[in-house]
Amino acid sequence: MTVDRVGSARAWVPAIICVVLIGVVLVALAVVGGRTLPDRAGPPIEQLAVERNELSPGSITLTLRNTGPDPVQVAQVFVNDAYVDFDGGTRPIERLDTETLRLAYPWQSGQPYQVSIVTSTGVVIEHEIPAAVDTPQAGGGFFALMALLGTYVGIIPVVLGMLFLPALRRIGSRGVRALLALTVGLLAFLAVDATIEGLELAGTGGGAFGGPALVVLGAVLAFLALTAVDHRLRTRARHGEPRRVSGTRLAFMIAIGIGLHNLGEGLAIGAAYAVGELALGATLVVGFTIQNTTEGLAIVAPLTRRRPALSRLLGLGVLAGAPAIGGALLGATVTNAELSAFLLGVGVGAIVQVVVQMAPSLRGRDDRVLDPATIGGVAAGLLTMYLTGLLVIA
Amino acid sequence: MAAPSRRRFLVGGAVAGTASAALGARSVVRDSGAPAKAASGHTGGHGNGVNGPTFREGGAVDHRGNGFHPSKILRDFDYGRVSHTGQGRVLREWEIVAGDKEVEVAPGVRFPAWTFNGRVPGPTLRCREGDLLRVRFTNGSAHPHTMHFHGIHPAEMDGVPDVGLGVIDPGRSVVYEFDAKPFGVHLYHCHVGPLAEHISRGLYGTFIVDPPQPRRSADELVMVMHGYNTTFDGQGNQLYAVNGIPFHFMHEPVRVRRGELVRIYLVNILEYDPINSFHLHGNFFDYYPTGTRLEPAEYTDTIAQAQGQRGICEVRFPYAGRFMFHAHQTEFAELGWMGFFEVTE
Repeated sequence: MTVDRVGSARAWVPAIICVVLIGVVLVALAVVGGRTLPDRAGPPIEQLAVERNELSPGSITLTLRNTGPDPVQVAQVFVNDAYVDFDGGTRPIERLDTETLRLAYPWQSGQPYQVSIVTSTGVVIEHEIPAAVDTPQAGGGFFALMALLGTYVGIIPVVLGMLFLPALRRIGSRGVRALLALTVGLLAFLAVDATIEGLELAGTGGGAFGGPALVVLGAVLAFLALTAVDHRLRTRARHGEPRRVSGTRLAFMIAIGIGLHNLGEGLAIGAAYAVGELALGATLVVGFTIQNTTEGLAIVAPLTRRRPALSRLLGLGVLAGAPAIGGALLGATVTNAELSAFLLGVGVGAIVQVVVQMAPSLRGRDDRVLDPATIGGVAAGLLTMYLTGLLVIA
Repeated sequence: MAAPSRRRFLVGGAVAGTASAALGARSVVRDSGAPAKAASGHTGGHGNGVNGPTFREGGAVDHRGNGFHPSKILRDFDYGRVSHTGQGRVLREWEIVAGDKEVEVAPGVRFPAWTFNGRVPGPTLRCREGDLLRVRFTNGSAHPHTMHFHGIHPAEMDGVPDVGLGVIDPGRSVVYEFDAKPFGVHLYHCHVGPLAEHISRGLYGTFIVDPPQPRRSADELVMVMHGYNTTFDGQGNQLYAVNGIPFHFMHEPVRVRRGELVRIYLVNILEYDPINSFHLHGNFFDYYPTGTRLEPAEYTDTIAQAQGQRGICEVRFPYAGRFMFHAHQTEFAELGWMGFFEVTE
């Protein structure tokens, strides 16, 4: 033991020396090299991102963040080509600092508005409000509504989907595999779509906190975290029931993955509510609800060979559905493009992890992942997503 | 922000198992839509927005720092240094210096202007038809400029590149000399390429040639309609003004007397927009296009001028009170081109 310790200490010493050396060189470079760099030529680079707009009768409140390298001084503001009176922004906004502007403007419900912020150097930074609606104020009623919506789209359909469990027991292993494959298809489509939307969303945030990289970061972190959870569960399962793939574990993993994905759905609902799109139709909520019944199906699909307690089933349903509530609250109150992009990335990572988890369950008796039943199931899942998409746009 | 487009495709047909949930969701959504609709009913609401456009309340342009004041430009006519030639003609001489100057064009907005005699618009040069005019032009700017006068004159006095005096480089001085004709209200401006930029940066002014027989006596005003493209993208202007500073005459109305003849020398030197206009509230005026005829062409309350057009408006205000004037392109008006006449006894 002591020999080992001495050995490891010897191994550490050069590493510490290296770190110290690197630190010294970097500091020296920063102090000496920084002075030799030429000053940046040209005008200051002025960038502002509007992180949030809040509308109340007769006024528009903008939360700005300076995403550029130089301080920005807001001088004047015009909305739809008319200068307006406003409060706030009297001091220069430093890099990454935020500032709130309250504009006096008699906006009309449902109309689009273009807010133009004129800086002290005459640069104009534009912000578009696609459709103006009264921003919901975060109160008890608002939280209750978001919780209700989250329950509608998250918990209820997942639990409803679980009602298929008795039926699944009768359709045979091939049928179950086809159903799981269908779920894989649905989830794969969602992963791609959520990635695209996350990247688009990140592009609007000014990029100060990483922009599109945040989607990737969120996805990778979620994937790694879920893989760690899975590994832990697997180790525990191995101690208890060696040599058997645990259906409960798979169901649990699927529930977590779907839960994180539902967080993204909740975000979409909350954000839609904040910009008033929910007032235009309930299609979003109805759509989520219908789609999420397949999630319930996916969760119980690995459980066909056992008879789990009702409480455990309900627990899985809540695990998968409840994040929709949190997402809805977050989406409606924290309209921050970069945070939303990150969370969409988390959802993507979760979906990918679930798909990886489900892949072994698709194996048939001949140990092939891609037999006709699973190929058909995956294709059907992808097509379902694509075709319902076409129907909605029409 | 986070548009829910991603999930739009999720709508399917009616599914029995979810029908009740869907109906429930719909009623919730309808309830939530109610306050949003109510918001549209605030058209008569409060807030300064309904009272019209304005800069941030409490802000003011530093006229002293700028070195010129729009209200003073209104009645500031520069007749030049007057003497007589050997033949007994009236000789008028001016010194004009082009320069680079940062101007506060709206409270808190700095604009790197190019100026004649340090102001935007440049001085209003005034003479009588037949006078001999001598303009000593010094280019104190870091950029090449010229002075191009509208009017009738020899080619070499035209102030354009490659003809006569041509482009005047920084540090150089030249003399433009020509006869004052025809009578009317004209303008002068720099004519160096890129032309739009040299003009829109501020190198323009009014050039008035009085007729041999003076016009009726009146309270005379100069109004130069122009704008500022603060982003320098050549795509329209962020600020529109008359006599230098947007919205200025909203806070400091043009003071005139009831019943007195008011003569406005109106010039449009707006860049990046083809047409500008002038509309006067509560009154009608006689309009003399270019001022080259002594008979009015129109009796109206709104006239339009293309780039470089100008004319004379003559009006007597029969009522006391505040009367708005502005471009009748409401976009220009709400971006700064509006003001008031204050008519007093």
